[in-house]
Amino acid sequence: MKKTKKKIFNNILPKSPTGIQGFDEITAGGLPKGRPTLVCGGAGCGKTLFGIEFLVRGATQFNESGVFMSFEETNEELTTNVASLGFDLDDLIKNKKIALDHVHIERSEIEETGEYDLEGLFVRLGYAIDSIGAKRVVLDTIESLFAGLPNQLILRAELRRLFRWLKEKGVTAIITGERGDETFTRQGLEEYVSDCVIMLDHRVTEQTSTRRLRIVKYRGSMHGTNEYPFLIDENGFSVLPVTSLGLMHNVSDERVLSGIKVLDEMLEGKGYYRGSTILVSGTAGVGKTSIAAHFAEAACKRGERVLFFCFEESPSQLMRNMLSIGINLKTWVQKGLLQFQATRPTFYGLEMHLATTHKLVNDFKPNIVIMDPINTFVVGDKDLEVKTMLIRIVDFLKANQITALFTSLTDNHSAIENTDVGISSIIDTWLLLRDIELNGERNRGMYVLKSRGMANSNQIREFILTNHGVELREVYVGASGVLTGSARIAQEALENAEVLTRKQDIERKKREIERKRKTLKSQIAAMNASFEAEESEVNKMIKTEQDMIKQLEQDKIEMAASRNADKENSKTKILKK
Amino acid sequence: MRQSAVNSVIKRIEENPVATEKDKWVLRLYVAGNTPKALTAFANLTKICEEQLMGKYSIEVIDLLINPQLSVEYQILAIPTLVRKLPVPVRKIIGDLSDTERVLIGLDLLPAS
Repeated sequence: MKKTKKKIFNNILPKSPTGIQGFDEITAGGLPKGRPTLVCGGAGCGKTLFGIEFLVRGATQFNESGVFMSFEETNEELTTNVASLGFDLDDLIKNKKIALDHVHIERSEIEETGEYDLEGLFVRLGYAIDSIGAKRVVLDTIESLFAGLPNQLILRAELRRLFRWLKEKGVTAIITGERGDETFTRQGLEEYVSDCVIMLDHRVTEQTSTRRLRIVKYRGSMHGTNEYPFLIDENGFSVLPVTSLGLMHNVSDERVLSGIKVLDEMLEGKGYYRGSTILVSGTAGVGKTSIAAHFAEAACKRGERVLFFCFEESPSQLMRNMLSIGINLKTWVQKGLLQFQATRPTFYGLEMHLATTHKLVNDFKPNIVIMDPINTFVVGDKDLEVKTMLIRIVDFLKANQITALFTSLTDNHSAIENTDVGISSIIDTWLLLRDIELNGERNRGMYVLKSRGMANSNQIREFILTNHGVELREVYVGASGVLTGSARIAQEALENAEVLTRKQDIERKKREIERKRKTLKSQIAAMNASFEAEESEVNKMIKTEQDMIKQLEQDKIEMAASRNADKENSKTKILKK
Repeated sequence: MRQSAVNSVIKRIEENPVATEKDKWVLRLYVAGNTPKALTAFANLTKICEEQLMGKYSIEVIDLLINPQLSVEYQILAIPTLVRKLPVPVRKIIGDLSDTERVLIGLDLLPAS
C-alpha cells in the first residue's frame, strides 16, 4: 500500500484507459485510476452508454473486468440495448468479465421503521466485485435511490460512505447522474464525487442535434477544457479531440498534379503541394466541381485514394455529369480508389459532420479529400461555427498529410474574398473562377488568387468545358477589358485577317517590283533596239557615204583617167583618204 | 459469537409450533453482521411477533456477510430489512423496527391511518 502511494507521489496520477475513441487523448490517458468519476448530463445524452463502453472496453482491451450496477434498466434491457452497438454482454458475463446487477427499489413496498443503513448495497456491490475480481464499477444512476428511499439524511451519509468505500476498494468507478437545474446533478452528487466530473450534453440548434462532452474538472491531471463533439454510432462512443490539434504538422515538398495541364503550368508546372488545402471558389455554374473531378481522376490514375464528399449532388448524378466532360469516375469507384459520401449538410449538425469526416477518413485512409461544396454548411448565422469546423477539418487533414480540395460557391452580389466563410487564411492554394459577362455572353475565367510557397502565374485564363475535360485558354486583354468567348474568337479572326492582309500586301509589293523590273527591262530592250536600229541606220548611212566617196573617188580617177592626169598623184591622194 | 447467536435464533423459531398453513407467517430478517442495529431489530421483531402472532410465525435471519448472494432475491439495499414472505403480498420493512406502530402498519396488522 505504501509502495503504491509513493509511486503515485513520484509519478503522475495513474489512469485507467477507457478505450473510448478520442476520450483517452483529451484526458491524457483515461479516467483517474482507483477513483470515482461523475458523468452527468440530461436525458438521452449517452451516460449509460459511456459507462457500459468503459466496462466493455476494459474487459476486451485492457483485461480489467467490471461491475455494472443498474438502478434503472434491467439486465435484459441493458443487454438488448447495447447489443445494437456491437457489445455482446452475455458472452462477457459468461466469461466472468462483466457482472450486471439490477437494483430495483419500489417506494410503495417499503415501510421505514427506524434507523438503517445501506450496508445491503455495499454487500451486494462488494460481492459482485469480488466474484469477478472487478477493477471497474459503474453505478447507473444512483440518484434513483432518492426516489426509493424516503430518508435523505441517511441516504446522503451512506452515499458519501459508498464513494469512500469505492476508493478504498481501489476500483475505478463511474457514477452517472441526471443533470439538475443549476447543479451538475439533481441531487448534488458532485459534492461527493469530486475527482473527475464529465459533462455530456445533447443540444439542438437550428433543428440539428449535437452531442458534446466536456471535462468539468479532473483533479491532479491536465485535460482538454473545450467542449468536444462526440458521436454514438454502431461502434459505440467516439470523441473528437480535434481542437487539440495545432499548427505543428509536418509539411511535404512533394507536389501533386491537378489533372489539368495548363493549371499545373500556372502552378510552376508541378501542381499543388501534397497535404495543402486548396479552395476553388466561384459563382454558380462556373465549373468548380469539374476541377474537383479532374483532380480526383488524376489522383486515381496515380493509384491514390480519394474520398469525395458531395453535399449537393448524389454520387450517380455527379458521375453522370462528369461523364459529359469526359471524366469517368465510375471505374475508380469500382476499383475502390474513389469513395463518395453524399449527405445533405442539414442532415445533421456540424459536429456530426466533423465526426463522420473523421471516421470516414480514418476508415478509408485517403490521400485526397474533396468536399463539394463547403459553404452549404452555412445555415443562418453560423459563420463562425462553420469556420471553426473547417479549421478543425483542415488541421485534421493536414496532420494526416491529406491534400484537401474544397469548393465554395460565392454569391454574385458580394465581394469574392468575403464570402468564403472566412476561411481564406487557412487556404494554401486558392483558385478563383469567375464569370465574365460581355457582349451578351457569359464566359468563365480562372486565375490563381494565391498559392503559398510557389511562384504562381498571375494570368487570367479562359476556362472552357469541353467534352474531353476542362481547357484553359489564354484570354485577350484589349482596350475594352478581358475578351472571352465569341469576343475572343472575333478578336482572333480579326488578328488572323490582319496577318493575311499584311501577307497579301507583301505579295502585292513583290509583284509590283517585279513588274517594274520587267518594265525596266523591256524599256531597256526597246531602247537597245532603237539604238541598234539607229546604229544600223547610221552604219548604213556611213556605208552609203563611204560608197559615195568611193564612187566619187572612182569617178575622179575615171575622170582623171579620162583626162590622163598624173596617175601617181591621184593614186596617193586616194590612198591617204 | 455472532454465528452462534443466529443459529440459536433459528433453532428457537423452529421450536414454535405452527398452527395452520393458512395462517402461517414467514418472516425474514436481513442483517449484515452482528451490529447493534441488527440486534435491536431482532429484539423488536420477536417482541412484536410474540405479542401479535403468537405461535403462528417463523423468523429466518440472514446474514449477508455470510451469504451476500441472497441480497439479490428481495432487492435488499437497506440493513436491517424485514421481509414478509407469507402471507402474500410481499412486504418490506426497513430500519431497526423501533417504531412499533409503523411495523404493524407495514405488516398489515394495523390499517394504515
